[in-house]
Amino acid sequence: MEIINEMKILLPSHSVNEGAARAAVSSFVIQADPTVEELSDIRTAVSEAVTNAIVHGYRGTMGNIELTVRLLAEREIYIRIKDKGCGIANVEQAMEPLFTTAPEEERSGLGFSVMESFMDKLRVSSKVGKGTTVTMRKRLVKNGD
Amino acid sequence: MKVNISSENGTAIAMLSGEIDHHSARSLRTEIDKFVITMQPEKLAMDFTGITFMDSSGIGLIIGRYKLLKECGGQLEIRGPQPYIRRVLKLSGIERIVKIV
Repeated sequence: MEIINEMKILLPSHSVNEGAARAAVSSFVIQADPTVEELSDIRTAVSEAVTNAIVHGYRGTMGNIELTVRLLAEREIYIRIKDKGCGIANVEQAMEPLFTTAPEEERSGLGFSVMESFMDKLRVSSKVGKGTTVTMRKRLVKNGD
Repeated sequence: MKVNISSENGTAIAMLSGEIDHHSARSLRTEIDKFVITMQPEKLAMDFTGITFMDSSGIGLIIGRYKLLKECGGQLEIRGPQPYIRRVLKLSGIERIVKIV
């Protein structure tokens, strides 16, 4: 994986940082000249993953979320969102559309579905008590030059 | 994130603006619910024209208001979502239960 550029940031799990994460990723990705739709897709997928870390990973506690964004060769965007929260016991079940452990908080259970639909690749690895890492990739359409 | 709610002839209109995520959805929920419970409108129109970003937290917000309106004997309607917001709405299948105009 040829890395052309990279950004790493560490955000405490305050919910206000959902917006901060989106803004940071947008600022970085813009250098690759994405379409409006591609940028929206990436912003939404990042928002879902960071929200999951805050709402589920660090439920009732505080911790750090590590956000890595890379611009790879052939205009591919790589994003990794890592938390050291409670982890997911059954990743397959968590990724099922509409599955949620927080219906009382009006969580729709669509976070992973959005990530899967809006990005090209999604990988989730998790260990109970250790945390969760979400990795996503999206290849941007060729620009005019 | 801002919401202005007005009411006329039994229809309440909640004009939303800004970004809807898990963080902002909480205060929106509180403001809209307070209005609905007090005023008991026949219809609530959530106007998304001014919404510049929405993730699946917005779907949770809509479903929650749909349930509340149903309990109060009212109807919910979604107005003016941008094409990008429509994609998130479509993914959720919410148009099967809520009218989107």
